[in-house]
Amino acid sequence: MISSTVAELSIALKAGDISSVELTQAYLNRIAQYNGDLNAFITVCEESALEQAKAADAARAKGDTSLLLGIPLAHKDIFCTQGITTTCGSRMLENFISPYNATVVEKFSNAGVVMLGKTNMDEFAMGSSNETSFFGPVKNPWNNECVPGGSSGGSSAAVAADLCAMATGTDTGGSIRQPAAFCGITGLKPSYGRVSRWGMIAFASSLDQAGPICKSAEDAALMLNVMAGLDEKDSTSIDKPVEDYTASLGNSLEGLKIGIPKQHFAEGLSSEVEQAIRDALKEYEKMGAIIKEIDLPNSHLSVPAYYVIAPAEASANLSRYDGVRYGYRCENPVDLEDMYKRTRSEGFGEEVKRRIMIGTYALSAGFYDAYYRKAQKIRRLIKNDFSNALKEVDVIIGPTSPHTAFKLGSKSDPVSMYLEDIYTIAVNLAGLPAISIPAGSANGLPIGMHIVAGDFEEAKILNVAHQFQKLTDWHRQKPSQISGKEV
Amino acid sequence: MAFDKSEVEKIAHLARLHISESEADEVTSRITDILALIDEMQSVDTDSIEPLSHPLDVVQRLRTDEVTEQNQREKLQALAPDNQDGLYLVPKVLE
Repeated sequence: MISSTVAELSIALKAGDISSVELTQAYLNRIAQYNGDLNAFITVCEESALEQAKAADAARAKGDTSLLLGIPLAHKDIFCTQGITTTCGSRMLENFISPYNATVVEKFSNAGVVMLGKTNMDEFAMGSSNETSFFGPVKNPWNNECVPGGSSGGSSAAVAADLCAMATGTDTGGSIRQPAAFCGITGLKPSYGRVSRWGMIAFASSLDQAGPICKSAEDAALMLNVMAGLDEKDSTSIDKPVEDYTASLGNSLEGLKIGIPKQHFAEGLSSEVEQAIRDALKEYEKMGAIIKEIDLPNSHLSVPAYYVIAPAEASANLSRYDGVRYGYRCENPVDLEDMYKRTRSEGFGEEVKRRIMIGTYALSAGFYDAYYRKAQKIRRLIKNDFSNALKEVDVIIGPTSPHTAFKLGSKSDPVSMYLEDIYTIAVNLAGLPAISIPAGSANGLPIGMHIVAGDFEEAKILNVAHQFQKLTDWHRQKPSQISGKEV
Repeated sequence: MAFDKSEVEKIAHLARLHISESEADEVTSRITDILALIDEMQSVDTDSIEPLSHPLDVVQRLRTDEVTEQNQREKLQALAPDNQDGLYLVPKVLE
């Protein structure tokens, strides 16, 4: 039962084949068995999860028919949860207990979802391997010598290892999609503004977006139905009606125009990944889709522009961690400046400090035009590239990542780590929705396929992903053992 | 644009970070590498391009000016590392 999709669990719970308490206990047992090796969870909420499960079973007995009622979920530890620590993967917030719930947390709670705990992540979501977490790296369930990807590495590993039915993630440059690809699961980054960012700890405010991490496109649709929508508390959330994302999953793809960016099938792409994506495209052709090569001429500039914009926004957002109102404070400061400097130097890890430095530099007097303003102009060029391409095609498909999961510790220099997100980052700069779904495997590690569409076209992406999952079973594959233990 | 150790010191101060003498070389060289990556941007002519600061073409929503938040002063101050009588305490700034 624990390997079932959310859609299947919803039916089983409704039919009374299993109770939420039984299901929740099964996941808690699984967490107890594997989390020691995987390190996917920072906090496990056994007691409150079982209470929520009991409440869900009681609500069902009284006639509540909410689709996600009683289904166990894990939240990335970037979402504020009232009464439960929210660390953001940082020493700075090691003991931080939020006085309120993030809107996303509130929405799942109102839908009767059971929260199993909080998942590990790169510190402040800055990383592509989950190695920058203060709480230690997460292991990839498919191979414990490999990273799960990042920054939503804990959520992705937890879903892949069936430690939960579904999880939340956030994506600033690929942080849902790249770990979803590395862990062989489904991860959707919605359009900027589709999901409220309130109570989601800020990294880069014009790029951050929350989304579902789960076992199928259908599950992503069910989760997005709960997550999406206007929130008065987030002035950047968009006032646009939320459609039922499950409604169009079954639409035919006959005549669908798929663009494949030539820049994403060029140097740097591993041959196994390329082959898997080309094979997947053949499946789409069988469904009546038309494949067309497209040009995203400025895509090579997306990583450079991102590493100005994201650090610049981060340096401003992270200035709030000063040791005064909440979070870590250094011991025995001699004066105010010493307190600020030591609090921040001891509370933040190396990568976070590096990005604060880059951002501060890019915004400092004399460099603003050369860096920040220049990056914003490039951002316009990148958005235009997508707008032009999407006039000719309905969706854009390519690899999520140039290769499968890499070994822990194998990318010690920041620049090579930054280039990990080469296919995903442009989408955040443009604010578009995109999904990664499993589409193959090489050497026992999953391969992810990236599907992008226009602003607020999540339903189209989910339809295109679901049709692929109806014909193939890559999303059903599971690691045969986790950390040497038979599954 | 050259980036050296004195620059690291200046930026660290602006960001209220402390970079020790032993870390300074490493930090300088990492940041130099990253700036080299970023400098690829300079190869494109963007003179006639409008900067894009936000992915969506929208205007700020306004709300009516009424009190919606409850006073949670005590609850919020309870999170502080050091506080007293409703005030946040920091090291002495005035003699």
